[in-house]
Amino acid sequence: MEIPYNVEERQDTGMFNGKLGIWLFLASEVMLFGGLFSAYVFLRMGDVTGAFNSGSSELNVPLATFNTLVLISSSVTMIMSWVSLKLGEQKKFKQYLGATLLLAAVFLVVKYFEYTAKFHHGIFPETSTFFAIYFTLTGLHMIHILGGMIVIFYFLVPGSKMMNIEPERFTNRIEIVGLYWHFVDLVWIFLFPVLYLL
Amino acid sequence: MSGHTDSHQEESFWRKYIFSIDHKIIGLQYGITALIFLFFGFCLMMMMRWQLAYPEEAMPWIGWLFGDDGIILPEMYNSLGAMHGTIMIFLGVVPLAVGAFGNYFVPLQIGAPDMAFPKLNMASYWCYFVGGVVMMIGFFVPGGAANSGWTSYPPLADIATTGQTVWLFGMVLLITSSLLGSVNTITTIVQLRAKGLTWMRLPFFVWAQLVTGFLLLLAFPPLEAAGVLQLMDRLLDTSFFLPSGLVVSGEILNVSGGGSPLLWQHMFWFLAHPEVYVLILPAMGIVAEVIANNTRKPLWGYKSIVYASAFLGFMSFIVWAHHMFMTGMGATISAFFQTTTMIISVPSVVILTAMFISLWGASIRYNSAMLFALGFLPMFGIGGLTGLPLGIAASDIHLHDTYYVIGHFHYVVAPGTIFALFAGVYYWFPKMTGKVLNETLGKVHFWLSMLFMNGIFMPMFVQGLAGVSRRLWDGGASYAHATDTLWLNEVMSTSAWLLGLAQIPFIYNLIKSMKSGEKAESNHWQATTLEWTDAPSPPLPHRNFEVIPEVHRGPYEYSVPGADKDFTPQSEA
Repeated sequence: MEIPYNVEERQDTGMFNGKLGIWLFLASEVMLFGGLFSAYVFLRMGDVTGAFNSGSSELNVPLATFNTLVLISSSVTMIMSWVSLKLGEQKKFKQYLGATLLLAAVFLVVKYFEYTAKFHHGIFPETSTFFAIYFTLTGLHMIHILGGMIVIFYFLVPGSKMMNIEPERFTNRIEIVGLYWHFVDLVWIFLFPVLYLL
Repeated sequence: MSGHTDSHQEESFWRKYIFSIDHKIIGLQYGITALIFLFFGFCLMMMMRWQLAYPEEAMPWIGWLFGDDGIILPEMYNSLGAMHGTIMIFLGVVPLAVGAFGNYFVPLQIGAPDMAFPKLNMASYWCYFVGGVVMMIGFFVPGGAANSGWTSYPPLADIATTGQTVWLFGMVLLITSSLLGSVNTITTIVQLRAKGLTWMRLPFFVWAQLVTGFLLLLAFPPLEAAGVLQLMDRLLDTSFFLPSGLVVSGEILNVSGGGSPLLWQHMFWFLAHPEVYVLILPAMGIVAEVIANNTRKPLWGYKSIVYASAFLGFMSFIVWAHHMFMTGMGATISAFFQTTTMIISVPSVVILTAMFISLWGASIRYNSAMLFALGFLPMFGIGGLTGLPLGIAASDIHLHDTYYVIGHFHYVVAPGTIFALFAGVYYWFPKMTGKVLNETLGKVHFWLSMLFMNGIFMPMFVQGLAGVSRRLWDGGASYAHATDTLWLNEVMSTSAWLLGLAQIPFIYNLIKSMKSGEKAESNHWQATTLEWTDAPSPPLPHRNFEVIPEVHRGPYEYSVPGADKDFTPQSEA
């Protein structure tokens, strides 16, 4: 038997199942990163060695600024791909979604150079509590980017068949991917000032 | 809504029973796995009780497990303790309460064909299963399973043997499982309620599962974060939980330092206090169903207990540091958490009181399910009330980390939650299998369990008040202040082993009734909720109901004046 409200909205809640599901998932993600941000605050408050001040001045602000712009752009292309799909412009949808994937890859490449530069300078997670939380937070964020990329790739290539069979359901799915992607973007917007600028 | 309704008949064995996406099969998978883990965790405890009652004497029969002389060494004792707690909570009680009963009965009680995300549901079970297997692998790594307590406090846990790493990986899997499960439960309840089933017509069990879902969803991620940090500490030599200048075995540890063990405690208890309500809310939900059904009366104060449970859920997020009065975090913070702790006892009392008053003037049917539900009330009452002195910082200073604490939370979870879960098994077994459990065996199971549960946990209060610490390998034998209460160790241990024997009628009953029990009617207990009134026993694979019911009234319309029978089904127009 079909599960009700899988595709169409339920009237009194105004949502289809997947949309509520992803919002709940994102709520738990807020608590996950919230927990880590709290750990950051807790460790920084108790930091007597000055590891946090000296640590953040060693990070590469221009690169991170560039990466922030890259991620914000990827959010824009993400939403454009969904809008294109809503308007039935499938070719544009693929272009925008492909652009999102590309921008995500750029972000990871930049991050790779940032990480290796740190390692060359002999900076590792065990160097100080600042770098410990820096590598943990950015690493976890990168895992989220990577997960998003896999899903985006799926809908770009193998999963795109659904576009013509069940167009409405496919559009819903892209909306859900978009919500997740904006969240990952948002996490970075918090990470950037907290780690690099403060 | 029809379409491919009959496709389930061609399913292979694997698809039907192992990798099923039917919420009922998944519920049973959860139930069976959780019962096995529950029994295994209980076995660990029975071994510990040998060491406590007869310190340093060789264990009879299974002593070979612990080396040539058959004595449980301190390291082994610590492993048993840590794993007993972990298994009972994360692999036993929660999966049984939420994974099994929630999964099986939430869709049925709200008139849904399945959970909102059936594949996610299957993924959730398998994450749990693999997480359980990983936990078990811990017993076979060098140094044995995790031995830093179920709370895994650093710095000890940071420098403990490999078993702790295995424990952390297991926890990450279990947290993933509960995350998937809670997203599914909440979405199901919000989206798939049958037509006419408004919020105030939901059975209280569904409300309890909804609040539990939110607790699991929001409280577990910080523990996952903490688990990641501890893994970093253990695998990448960071110092999140290691202060500067920590001395281990006479040498200063070679780490950067600058971390704080207190950080772990905050992150851990931010989960683990809501977890207490994850343990108790589904239990209250089950008890509410059983009591309403067997008193043949509406539940007293339905709306109050719904609001109370929502308030309870909210408050449970701001009481965590009452576990940490002794850490020196300061009197101001203690005062705050002491106040919220006193406040959170109010909704619990509201719920318990409503259930007691529901009994007033009823002609009660004393079947096995009802006996366990009735047993729950005073047992949870004792557990709750003995918690108050622990919630007040001044008295906690004396009681902290003594057997009093063990007695307190075991009264909540063992004769509390587990009794409620037994009530659920007796109440819903006819629905799940189409067979009825034997009542005589059920009553034997209840009275013996009741007796021996109290035999184990009541003396703990006495020992605790005398100041006996909770984690002593010899049960206090080498401490002068414990000498007067040492004889109780034998009483408790004997009770524990007898409690083990008292489960034989239960296990026998389950197997025997499944094979050759009396056949159950579809509405065996003359109940009002949808799973009994509109679904056959057992409900149809993959769609539950022949026709999705429509709801016209509240959940507990028993003995309505003027009605032709003493129960009016929710689906009756």
